[in-house]
Amino acid sequence: MAAPGFDLQPSGHPDGGQRLTLYGDWTIAGLSTIRRRLASSLQGAAPIERIVTADVGRLDTAGAFVIDQALREQGIDLDRVEASQRIAALLKQARDIATREEQGPVEVRTGPALIRFLERIGGAAVHVWDEFIETLSFLGETLFSVTATVIRPWKMRWKALVSVMENSGLDAVPIVAFLSFFVGMVVAFIGASTLAEFGATIFVVELVGIAVLREFGVVLAAIILAGRTNSAFTAQIGAMKMRQEIDAMTTLGLDPLDVIVAPRVIAMVVMTPVLAFVGVLAGLGGGVLVGWLALDINPSVFFGRMQDFVPLSHFWVGMSKAPVFGLVIALIGCRQGLQVGGSVQSLGQHTTKSVVQAIFSIIVIDALFATLYMELDI
Amino acid sequence: MTRSVAIRVRGLKTAYGPHIVHEALDLDVFEGEIIGIIGPSGCGKSVLLRAIVGLKPPADGRVHVFGKDVTHLGSRDIRAVQELWGIMFQDGALFSNLTVQENVMVPMREHTNLPLALMRDLADQKIRMSGLETWAGQKYPSDLSGGMRKRAALARAMALDPPLLFLDEPTAGLDPITASGFDSLIRELQGTLGLTVFLVTHDVDTLKGTCDRIAVLGDKRVIAVDTMAGLRRHSDPWIQAYFGGPRGRAALAGEV
Repeated sequence: MAAPGFDLQPSGHPDGGQRLTLYGDWTIAGLSTIRRRLASSLQGAAPIERIVTADVGRLDTAGAFVIDQALREQGIDLDRVEASQRIAALLKQARDIATREEQGPVEVRTGPALIRFLERIGGAAVHVWDEFIETLSFLGETLFSVTATVIRPWKMRWKALVSVMENSGLDAVPIVAFLSFFVGMVVAFIGASTLAEFGATIFVVELVGIAVLREFGVVLAAIILAGRTNSAFTAQIGAMKMRQEIDAMTTLGLDPLDVIVAPRVIAMVVMTPVLAFVGVLAGLGGGVLVGWLALDINPSVFFGRMQDFVPLSHFWVGMSKAPVFGLVIALIGCRQGLQVGGSVQSLGQHTTKSVVQAIFSIIVIDALFATLYMELDI
Repeated sequence: MTRSVAIRVRGLKTAYGPHIVHEALDLDVFEGEIIGIIGPSGCGKSVLLRAIVGLKPPADGRVHVFGKDVTHLGSRDIRAVQELWGIMFQDGALFSNLTVQENVMVPMREHTNLPLALMRDLADQKIRMSGLETWAGQKYPSDLSGGMRKRAALARAMALDPPLLFLDEPTAGLDPITASGFDSLIRELQGTLGLTVFLVTHDVDTLKGTCDRIAVLGDKRVIAVDTMAGLRRHSDPWIQAYFGGPRGRAALAGEV
């Protein structure tokens, strides 16, 4: 393939002027520098009298664009180009496209940069407030819809409910159990090595018991659900939104809150305590195993001491948080899903947002619960 | 007269699991022609397109594009062939995280070493060429209407001025005026650039307005390849129903 090139020579015409000879293949692959060279050669040169294209090999629309642009900038009409029919047609097409009148929307640019910057800050603040209000109204609408389905159980979408319970509850059991088990072991080990200095390794029982029952079982389960189920909710609902399934539902008289959100919220409120319970059992199991193998605390001694010295209230404190976490996870997942716009990017953004918000909320709510129960002396 | 062949399909077999879509399918597409692919819904028109461009590896058979066997090419060689074709997918398949202009620039970035400013100008040219206005280049695909997305997809397909263009249902879902604008655009491009166009469509008006020949898929094979006039004399009942039905007759009414 021959590289594109050009020559400028006096035309020999009595009025003076120059002749521009183009040669080579003017196709997109070879255009890397030719536009600049051509433009700078024509700049300030004597007027071009005629353009010869007899030696041009291949020409595509990109090449035609470059040639035409250079000529247009010099105000040269295409009738000075000596060209075959095909090349003339391409150049004419390029000129027509480039000079076509457009009636595009008028660019809206208001105020100087400082004003726009302040505008953005203001916009962001308003957005945070709007988000807060919208989340609250979504909570209200959802609670209304959930209550309506709970008091009229025959309107409940049982299939959806059971399927969500299976996917996001039952299927999460192994991972919750596994992680809780290891966290239980870690707590026991750390406690053991510190307590051994005081010869009080038996207090590992209280340490593991209280930590797992009160905090780790439920918080771990909730965080796993926030990463696992919450993101799935957002992605599912977001994809449905993108494919206009939500719109179809609405026009068929189905309320997406009843069909999509309510079963998920109910399923999560039911299943999070179950998973938290699994987490508690597995965490205790990890602690018992470490106690037995590393500290010579017999499992029966472990459980006996737990019954005597770890009050049951710790268990109920932990479990009482689970439904709240479940509710928050489902709400955030569904809300972000319904917020997804038309693009894939927006789906990704909202899924990220959803997981971040869910984990953030879990930690904050856990802290609030801790303060509350401390004030109540439980 | 022997014409050089742009796409040669021989003995193509494609299957999804036990479901066979094509079997022993032969097809020649000549250089510089616009060939329309028609056939009943679900007969594998789009699958044939996917098989030719290498998205659906065939179970058997060979596909040659400009003399190269694309079914058995290494990744380096396939790049060279990819520069020779532009594909417009059914729903546009524009990258939704890029603006239209950036979408059109993607093939240029990938396959050429042009300066950025020139790529932008060429992208704007392609956008205008497809019938959009330049401002549309700054929009994201989700901000555009369906018809505009199709045009943007065509602009991206033409970004490298490929000699071979695959269009999957380019006029489906467009209003008749826009659709006929599309037809004449394709015709005009084909005329100036000598493009080979592989056109999957259901639109009888598009077939009539643009195609040199029409290939009819059915029964896992190509059952006929001919000009429109030739096909109308064909004895196959589906083809008769296709061109003889109310829509076919309406589209052809002006011709006879």
